Order: sequence, then structure tokens, then C-alpha cells
Amino acid sequence: MKSLILSALLALSATPVLACETFTLGDLTIEHAWSRATIGADRPGVFYVEITNNGSTDDALIGIATPAAGMPMLHETVVTDGIASMPHAMSILVPAGQTVEMAPGGYHGMLMGLTATLAEGDIFPVTLTFQNAGEVVVNVEVLSLRAEGPDCDDAN
Amino acid sequence: MRLTRLQKILWAAAGLATLAYGLLVLLPNRTPEAVPQAAFRPTFTLPDAAGRMRTPAEFTGQHLLVFFGFTNCPDVCPTTLSEVAQVMDDLGDDAALVQPLFISIDPERDRRLGLAEFTAAFHPSIIGLAGDEAQTRAAADSFRIFYAREGDAAAPDGYTMSHSPALYLISPEGDWLRQFTYGTPATDILADLQPRL
Repeated sequence: MKSLILSALLALSATPVLACETFTLGDLTIEHAWSRATIGADRPGVFYVEITNNGSTDDALIGIATPAAGMPMLHETVVTDGIASMPHAMSILVPAGQTVEMAPGGYHGMLMGLTATLAEGDIFPVTLTFQNAGEVVVNVEVLSLRAEGPDCDDAN
Repeated sequence: MRLTRLQKILWAAAGLATLAYGLLVLLPNRTPEAVPQAAFRPTFTLPDAAGRMRTPAEFTGQHLLVFFGFTNCPDVCPTTLSEVAQVMDDLGDDAALVQPLFISIDPERDRRLGLAEFTAAFHPSIIGLAGDEAQTRAAADSFRIFYAREGDAAAPDGYTMSHSPALYLISPEGDWLRQFTYGTPATDILADLQPRL
């Protein structure tokens, strides 16, 4: 019974709505924008998002900006020969007709210089700048520290 | 049976080819990922967040799940510690038989930022250890893992850490059992662990 209640609670807490919001910019569809709760504001936060290019020309994400952090940057986690490093990514290519997922273990935004602790349930805006499509502001939902991604009905 | 000169040359060529192939197969595997199954006993002598010295001896009888990382790491470390937390929750009553350890490879900064609050945010059972440079290097060497400090002007404090991101399983007797590569789902770790308990 206890485990039943626990699973019910987990199921409830795993149904965020905002991270499932979809944003459109020209041929680009941007969804599943989320972040993880942080412990204080001294350690960097993270930003993940999924970008689909429905057009016929390649585009690239060239920068992110947010009032939540003084120094947001694009990074990529790379595991080479069993060693993980996190080089700075100058830009993230979004090829025509493809979806690029910024997700744990790959591309991510590193939010350095947080202005405040990111608490579960918080929402903050991030401006994405694309080489061709220009700028769009998306709402980012802060999920729990242990979240692995938003649980959207359309997620696949 | 007598071999003709041609046959001898052919056999020699075949032998050389086999050797060369063997080298090709073995050489690229000389990475930390390819640690052989042969038993070895990793060890550590490191202080916990409260400054108390911890060694493998006090965990005899428990399996150890060991992760080397740093608390300023936004992507890899929270992902792995979340998996560990999930495993500990899912173990239920068997959780007492498993001790998760987080060993800091960036000990000075992690102490300053707060080690205990970091591990506790993931799971109360995780013990964080952060020693000095020599203690940390000795522990990493004994686990046969790699870490390095990399200068990066754009990173917080001007540097970041590269490291082996796997999770290591140590037997109740202290023998190295296996590693779970980065990204192994909690369910897979649990499925491997449960029959051992």
C-alpha cells in the first residue's frame, strides 16, 4: 500500500506542464525546455531543450541568454576513451529536416553565475539565438534535481 | 611431414599476421574502460564532509557503489548521482547492504561549496569524500581511473575537470567487481546488483 501511494505521488510529480510548451520560430519548433534544481546559486545550472528544423536549410543555435544567469554558455559532454570532458560549443548545428536534442550526457546550456537558486517549479526565460532564424524566448521549467527530462505526452 | 620452403614462408607469414592482428585488437583497448575482470582491491583513505577519515575497512560486508566527480559539474555528475539515488530507493530493505560513495576529484572547491549538502540533495545514504591532492590521486590510481584539471578561462574559477564518469561496484570483501558505464539506467544497475545481495 505504501508503495502504491508512493507511485501515485511520483506519477503526479512527474507530470509537469510547462516544460511541454512548444515554441515556433520560422521553420524551427522548440520544445521540452527544462532545467534542474540547483543546490544554492554557487554551482552552475543546466539548460536542456529540443529543436526541430522543419525547413530545407540548415540553421545553428549560436547563443543563449537569460536573466537567471550572468554567464550562460553552450557546452557538450564528450566521453572519449572513457574520459568525460565538457568542451565549450561555439554553436550547435540544427540540420534541415532534423531534430537536435540538448539532453543529459550531450549538448547542454551551462548557466554560470546564477542570480538565484533554481528551485523545482520555478520558471525562467531563455533567449535562443539562431544563425538564420533569429531570436526566440522560451520558458524553462525547473524540474527536480533527480529529473532526467520532462514527462510530456508527446515525448518520444 | 616435410614442409617445402614456400610452405615455411607461408606459415611464417600467417604467424606474423596473427600477431599483428592480436596487437591491433589489444592496443586500442588500453583505456580505463577496458579494466580486466581480474580481481583487484581499490582502496582509499579520505575524509568525509565532517572531516572523519574513512577507509574501505569500515564497509566490509557491504557492496560499495563508487563515483568520482565534482560538485560544480552540471550535466554528468547530477545524472549519475540521480541514478544512484534511484537505485538506493528501489533496493528497499536491501539498501543497507549497499553503500554509495561520492569521491571528489575537485576536493578543495567542493569543500568550499559544501559537500554534505550536495550528496544529501540526491540521497541521504550517499557519503561524500574529499581529501587533499595526494589522497585523491592515490584513491583514483587505486581505482585505475583518470581525472585532470583543465584550464578554461570561460569556466567558473577558470578551470573544469575531466574524469572517468563510470560507476564502480566493489564487493563486500573489497574486490573490484565491475563498472557501469556512464548513462547506465538505474533499472539495469538494480538488476545487476540485486542477485548479488
